[in-house]
Amino acid sequence: MKGVESGLLDFSRLEMLAAGDSPVHRLDPRTKVLVTAAFLVFVVLHGKYDLAGLAPLALYPVAAMALSGLPAGYILGKLLLASPFVLLVGVWNPVLDRGILVTVGGLPISGGWISFASIVVRFALTLSAALILIATTGFDQVCRGLSRLYAPKAFVLQLLLLYRYIFVLAGEAARMVRAFRLRNLSDERPAMRTYAALLGSLLVRALDRAQRIHMAMLSRGFDGEIRMSRPMRLRLADAAWAAFWIAFFILVRRYDIPGLLGQIVIAH
Amino acid sequence: MSHHIVEVKDLHYTYPGETRKALSGVSFRILHGEAVGIVGANGAGKSTLLRHLNGYWAPREGSVRIGDYPVTPRTVKQVRRTVGMVFQDPDDQLFMPTVFDDVAFGPLNLGFSPEEVALRVTRALETVGAAHLAERPPHRLSGGEKRAVAVATVLSMTPDILVLDEPTSNLDPRARRKVIELLHGFVHTRIVATHDLDMVLALCPRTIVMREGRVEADGPTLDIFNDAELLDRCHLEKPFSMQACPVCSRATLPARQP
Amino acid sequence: MHMADALLSPAVGASMWTVTAGLTVYCARKVKKDADERKAPLMGVLGAFIFAAQMINFSIPATGSSGHLGGGMILSILLGPYAAFLTIASVLTVQALFFADGGLLALGCNIFNLGFFPCFIAYPFIYKALTGSSPTRNRIVAAAILASAAGLLMGASGVILETVLSGISELPLGAFALLMLPIHLAIGLVEGLVTSAVVLFVWKARPEVLTLSAASRPLAGLSLRKLLAGFAAAAVLTGGILSWFASQNPDGLEWSMFHTSGHEELAAPADGLHRALAAFQEKLAFLPDYDFKKPEAVPAAPAPETAPSGPVVQPGTSVAGLVGAALTLALAGLAGLALGLRRRAAEIRR
Repeated sequence: MKGVESGLLDFSRLEMLAAGDSPVHRLDPRTKVLVTAAFLVFVVLHGKYDLAGLAPLALYPVAAMALSGLPAGYILGKLLLASPFVLLVGVWNPVLDRGILVTVGGLPISGGWISFASIVVRFALTLSAALILIATTGFDQVCRGLSRLYAPKAFVLQLLLLYRYIFVLAGEAARMVRAFRLRNLSDERPAMRTYAALLGSLLVRALDRAQRIHMAMLSRGFDGEIRMSRPMRLRLADAAWAAFWIAFFILVRRYDIPGLLGQIVIAH
Repeated sequence: MSHHIVEVKDLHYTYPGETRKALSGVSFRILHGEAVGIVGANGAGKSTLLRHLNGYWAPREGSVRIGDYPVTPRTVKQVRRTVGMVFQDPDDQLFMPTVFDDVAFGPLNLGFSPEEVALRVTRALETVGAAHLAERPPHRLSGGEKRAVAVATVLSMTPDILVLDEPTSNLDPRARRKVIELLHGFVHTRIVATHDLDMVLALCPRTIVMREGRVEADGPTLDIFNDAELLDRCHLEKPFSMQACPVCSRATLPARQP
Repeated sequence: MHMADALLSPAVGASMWTVTAGLTVYCARKVKKDADERKAPLMGVLGAFIFAAQMINFSIPATGSSGHLGGGMILSILLGPYAAFLTIASVLTVQALFFADGGLLALGCNIFNLGFFPCFIAYPFIYKALTGSSPTRNRIVAAAILASAAGLLMGASGVILETVLSGISELPLGAFALLMLPIHLAIGLVEGLVTSAVVLFVWKARPEVLTLSAASRPLAGLSLRKLLAGFAAAAVLTGGILSWFASQNPDGLEWSMFHTSGHEELAAPADGLHRALAAFQEKLAFLPDYDFKKPEAVPAAPAPETAPSGPVVQPGTSVAGLVGAALTLALAGLAGLALGLRRRAAEIRR
């Protein structure tokens, strides 16, 4: 798990990236949400041994990263941090599934290794797509897009309020942890009793804050409904981006491009 | 222009589950365009009083009149339109994803058209000198910027009366001076609850001193701050600018007295 | 303990998304109908509290490891199940987007596992049942520990079932359960201890918060059986439609395991379907005989009678496919490089 400060840094970094400007940044959030969703579906549609079928799909994250100028190293680093659970579960495949699927240059490769590799590739593809979405769009724009795509209003509002107050409460938590560390030189982490008291007072403060926010909302005419007026416009670029990628996903789904390529190379 | 008058008459309040009264018989009358400081020690009843001024609590004993309306659950909407309340912690006041949305929150609730809302947001942000911050999320603002935007969220509703709770707390000296200058420029009726007596001296010709839920004194600010016995009784101290200079032992009275 | 996109089959992912989306809409409506406008800021701030709390760890005595607060139970206690579910869902969404925890398709599973079980099973049937309407110190402690542990175990079981049903991982049900459940029992008990300590702290500092939520009936006006039946129907329907779609496009998709019998003529050539069914049966048995499995895992010769070129043959299973895959990846990388260079050149020109 992450410390409070490094967790906040993560947010800041992604927010900074989202504040950039590029053709991908300028797309309507709805377009990016829909293309990301389509991409994810096309990734998981592939069978577990269909490693080659996944390969052409890598064009999407690679192209989106290149066009938006996102630092690939940062995205890859985040993927590595998130990988342990998937690796822990996937690594059993080579052990359990030892049927030989294919022999490359005399080296037999079992189904387990192929499916393990496909798990790793899927993992990289799906998570990089999610990170690209947030890093080129920004959280509040994603939420606005969701709200225009008929997500329940109460839920979108909850996402926005949560995001807003993560920074405030994480700041409070960080100050409390720092105060704890200053008085406790021996141990890095608090023991459970201290921890519970720490969280308890953080929680009581949070409850008080919620009451004050409510008061601030009321004093500006809040009546149970939160209104936001920001026009959103789909442009030609949005249609082109969505059409291109969805056509591409369907194309690589229907035609085995890697297979054809491979046959051409091997034939020569 | 009776709608800019704030009149509190014999107001009492006791928090649920407590026996000690937080307010016991507060009365005062503030006229159009006045700037009034409300000072007093912690727990003197300042915050409780402020919560009555915008109708968060309707008076149970005594009465509060804002302009032509007594504050009752029925008039509370009109009252909140008239009284703009700036809270002590801007993080409580700025709850929307961007500065623009935050400043637009009030006008949208008042039912204005999107064009009118955009106009009001621009105007309010320009007034506080924060037009360039419109697209920023509130958690990326400095303390002074947050305070300015918090004032803008209220200004966009074009209130007649501004109520401010500790507008200068947690600010660095320059940000503090900017906030004071901003408030100085307003023609609204201003009610400022604070421990910052130097600000009161610079901003408010009149001061109300509270002590244990009562109005202990109400009068010209200079008179009150010169009453050492009164200040001592109310756990207050003379503003720095009125204290004798340790070198020449002469008090520097504020240059500007509105 | 997040379910991940990489381990998820479309049928399971889509079913869980349907169920979770349905639950979210339902809870959003319930919260709105509740018409307690204090809840909006409260939910936001408490979600942020859970987030912040999970960023701090405490040390578990004598183990050298660390734990943190689980969210579902404490939110249910403070907000009631509907608002708590929405809050948990929002926390998991932010985690999926910013920390790549799980992924967006698996979000349906994760919200269900970590939201539905604590809010709609453990809270009303364990916590509320044990504390009643007049909570005492001991009751709160016992109920919080039991409910947290039970909720987490149910969530872990959800992960196990979703993984095994997806069939991407080869781990059999029994072995996976042995791997996951004991750890999560331990984590659940620790989370329960922390939850009870925090609840007690609030109980002392702000008793009115807890008495307020204790007085409310947890699932007023809700027939749980009806709700569950509705969600089961939605899940089966989604899975069924996807499976039908799969059988119409028999190009080696693994995700048609929801098919029952009656497809012999399909099962023989389309080895994906056959394998999936066999794998599913095996996974239900505890630690199947691997020697028996080995010959079966070798696929039959790629279905010969199907289209001459195209996706019907599992491309990954041929040498050409693997070589081509490597080439394709290289091409994609080159394309990215070219696009990036063009972009930078355009920027310099500007």
